[in-house]
Amino acid sequence: MMRSQHRFLLCTVLAAFLAPAASSGYAQRVSAMEPDKSTITFISKQMNVPVEGKFAKFTGQLAFDAAKPNEGRVQVELDMSSIDTGSEEANDEVKGKGWFDVKNYPTARFVSSTVKTLGSGRYELAGKLTIKGRTKDVVAPFTFKPAGQGALFEGAFVLKRLDYAIGEGLWSDTDTVANEVQVKFRISGVAGVLKK
Amino acid sequence: MVGLKLSPLKLRLYSWHKWIGVTIFLLIVARLIWRAANAPPPPVASPRWQQVAAVVNHWLLYVLLVCIPLSGWLMSSAYGVRVVYFGVIPLPDLVGKNKELGDALKALHETLAFTMLGLVTMHAVAALKHHLLDRDAVLYRMLPLVKPRAHKP
Repeated sequence: MMRSQHRFLLCTVLAAFLAPAASSGYAQRVSAMEPDKSTITFISKQMNVPVEGKFAKFTGQLAFDAAKPNEGRVQVELDMSSIDTGSEEANDEVKGKGWFDVKNYPTARFVSSTVKTLGSGRYELAGKLTIKGRTKDVVAPFTFKPAGQGALFEGAFVLKRLDYAIGEGLWSDTDTVANEVQVKFRISGVAGVLKK
Repeated sequence: MVGLKLSPLKLRLYSWHKWIGVTIFLLIVARLIWRAANAPPPPVASPRWQQVAAVVNHWLLYVLLVCIPLSGWLMSSAYGVRVVYFGVIPLPDLVGKNKELGDALKALHETLAFTMLGLVTMHAVAALKHHLLDRDAVLYRMLPLVKPRAHKP
């Protein structure tokens, strides 16, 4: 009898410890993006000097379940007029026709196609990126970390600006502004369904 | 340079400007070390006020030659643009990105540069005046291994 009581006690204690762990599993599933807590930055090289810029405004949809990463989906729409290159002079310049032609192409879009698991919290996102009306395939490794009431996705990829006709004419000279531009994303997602 | 429309050429000019600035900074540091270890030759006979003016002008030039590149480097850091010497050696950012600080440093950099332009002009005009009008040994005094010409009153 004493034995079974002990066993009961042990179970209760175990359950008490396991319960929070089980309920913290919610952060494994993310169902929406929080643009306010997310950043999309890019680093271009001007005369070999890395210069960081960012997009202040973007929206998106996001669905990711760490238990089924292959079903993850993400779509992001960037407001191209919200570009911040780090200097006012360049902000005016890059909105023009030769660069992003923001008047004719006000949004850029990324739509995911597949998510692969690389192991130890790392994944690989593939999808189509459309800037200035030109669509190219991009592949970006990213990490997934539960954080607070949601999770954080962090990753980066390199695009070639001339693939999208970003910087035409005189600016197509890649000795001054390099062709390769690194894009970094830090996307905050809010937790989905608390329990299955 | 600042007034140019943004272009690849402008970006190149800015980089070259910074590379020259870093080079001048390195040269002036070497010069100051040399100056500390080596006394200049005795001054050529001239009125006291001219000797004082010459010394003051020299030291102001030294101060500006240090402060102008430094203010430019700080400005670049404050504007969030790292200085990469010859596009190869990245210099540390001395301050974090801060546009207001950048604007203030830009104004300082310009003011110091124009002040220096004035002092350099004075320095050169004074040297030429000594050489061509006074026909004294001031210019020769700068050269090593050259015998100064005799002072002609």
